[in-house]
Amino acid sequence: MNQSSFSVESAAGSRSRFAGFRLLVPGLLWTIVFCLLPMIVVLAVSFATRGTYGGVVWEFSLDNYRDLLHPLYGRIFGQSLLMAGMTTGLCLALGFPLAYYIARLPPRRQALWLVLIMIPFWTNFLVRTYAWIFILRTEGLLNTVLIQLHLISTPLDLLYSNQAVLLGLAYGYLPFMVLPLYAAIERVDPALIEAARDLYADRWSLFRRVLLPLTKPGMIAGCVLVFIPSLGAFLTPDLLGGARSMMVGNLIQHEYLVARDWPLGSALSLVLMLMVMGSLLWYFRAQAPQAGAGGGR
Amino acid sequence: MADLSIDMRALVKRHGATLAVDHVSLKIRRGEFFSLLGPSGAGKTSLLRMLAGFETPDAGDILIDGQSMAGVPPNRRPVNLVFQSYALFPHMSVAENVAFGLQMKRVPRAEVAERVGATLELVRLSEKRDRMPGQLSGGEQQRVALARALINRPAVVLLDEPLAALDQQLRQQMQIELKAIQAQVGITFVCVTHHQEEALALSDRLAVMQQGRVMQVGRPEDLYERPENLFVARFVGVSNEVRGTLADVQAGEGSLLPNEVSLSRGIRVPVRAGLQSGIQVVMTVRPERIRVIPGHVTGADMNCLHGVVETMRYIGSEWQGVVRIGESVRWTIHASNATSGSRPVALGAPVSLQWNPGDGVVIPLT
Repeated sequence: MNQSSFSVESAAGSRSRFAGFRLLVPGLLWTIVFCLLPMIVVLAVSFATRGTYGGVVWEFSLDNYRDLLHPLYGRIFGQSLLMAGMTTGLCLALGFPLAYYIARLPPRRQALWLVLIMIPFWTNFLVRTYAWIFILRTEGLLNTVLIQLHLISTPLDLLYSNQAVLLGLAYGYLPFMVLPLYAAIERVDPALIEAARDLYADRWSLFRRVLLPLTKPGMIAGCVLVFIPSLGAFLTPDLLGGARSMMVGNLIQHEYLVARDWPLGSALSLVLMLMVMGSLLWYFRAQAPQAGAGGGR
Repeated sequence: MADLSIDMRALVKRHGATLAVDHVSLKIRRGEFFSLLGPSGAGKTSLLRMLAGFETPDAGDILIDGQSMAGVPPNRRPVNLVFQSYALFPHMSVAENVAFGLQMKRVPRAEVAERVGATLELVRLSEKRDRMPGQLSGGEQQRVALARALINRPAVVLLDEPLAALDQQLRQQMQIELKAIQAQVGITFVCVTHHQEEALALSDRLAVMQQGRVMQVGRPEDLYERPENLFVARFVGVSNEVRGTLADVQAGEGSLLPNEVSLSRGIRVPVRAGLQSGIQVVMTVRPERIRVIPGHVTGADMNCLHGVVETMRYIGSEWQGVVRIGESVRWTIHASNATSGSRPVALGAPVSLQWNPGDGVVIPLT
């Protein structure tokens, strides 16, 4: 009897495995058409040559990658990594207290705050970035107010600087940090926070010894969600940084649309992608052991 | 008073419109195992959270070792709380959990290690020191939570429903263990529970609470044998009651003329000072003080009521049943199973319920 029931089970198992594969087909197709094929095209173009008047000449060459070794590109990549890293750090520093505050509110107030955080998404990103120009420029809102209050006598040079770009990026991607952090903090048992306080922990120890380890997955998710789009951003540095700051995103946009050098643009895109993948892999590997140890919960 | 551990003075706490704690004053002695017993919503958890510092009283004051706790945050109070859910840090091992409080107090590393070892020894968890909380049984988690509080040598350990999450057998074993550990360390324990048997078994003294007020404070035997009001009589143990008018009060004794049962003579009762003839009272008597005799007989020196057996259930160590007296009075009886497994009295049979006049307790109706 045991045997027969076993064979029935295994038959059902193989059938469901086949059914499972058939269920995969739409997703697989979607991935191939919209993700893999364009990547293959970009990869192919990156090994091609630029025609005299733009366009792609299908002549295999490694020149595009050789060009990337020029220190100018290295500096732009370095600058972009630094900018994305600083944006991520700023978002984390601003996002954690906010997420903690929201997660400790009564449920109805939490919903209100989450909606408030998401409202900016209903507006076009370009428009919101333009709003920052109005705030930051020489005759802008901030300078006007500061002069009216007699805090400064001549307007500050705020716009078209790396600081303005940093501000714009942090503003744009803060919700991506707050939402996963909120989800992580909200799941922490309030009794654990009380237990830490009862056991003489001050605010800093509470954060470092209890909240930080328990919300690490949410922090990692938030950092990844902010770091990746910041690294490839081109709209914000273009509008708020002007000629003074160039990030990889701007460079790629320039190669494709202005210089009409698709092969070089493709090579740049691929290197950017490898950098993102590389930093993610490094990050996950570095976090893996602690994540395993915290699996008691 | 030098040996006073906790002095609560007229504490008031409002939750919205309801008075969670209504002018509670309690004095708890040093080294005492004190329980707050009551149904849910009685205000006992609010009281405990005010002691821990997680809630602020709306009025009144708490003194711990003579120091006012007004404005003192939880992390500066000489008390440690054992949470109902244990609230062990899931990302720390047993030893790390236990060491946490001392590390926060910046106790030197060598001393922390030594005290962690000694405390884990005390709760018999030395072999599990490197386990994570998720790998422990409920009873073990409970002991870690206790160790995490005890290691700090606080003035008071607060326990919130400490055994509620454990199953029946483990619960009794932990009662014995908890009591033994408390006696060994000599720290004041304040325990919140809704489980009356647990409160009686653990406590040196306890307070029974209802709707934010303390109904009675005393030793377990005071509360069980001499309840001052019907709430305590009913909440602590089973209460067999008969209502009536008090008569012939003289030298601490009197008789009760029942309203609902017709009797040839009154029920003899002890009467405490201050009660006078003519007032409406309830007499209550515990089931185990009642002798059940088949047939309708009368006892010479005993009070006696006649009734009919309505239900009988066998619970192993004894029989428990309900006897109807007159039209509407129902009493719970316990019949010992010491002699045989056979039913002591048949369903529907007439029985006499006899008890010593001194075992009745008279409570005035207000």
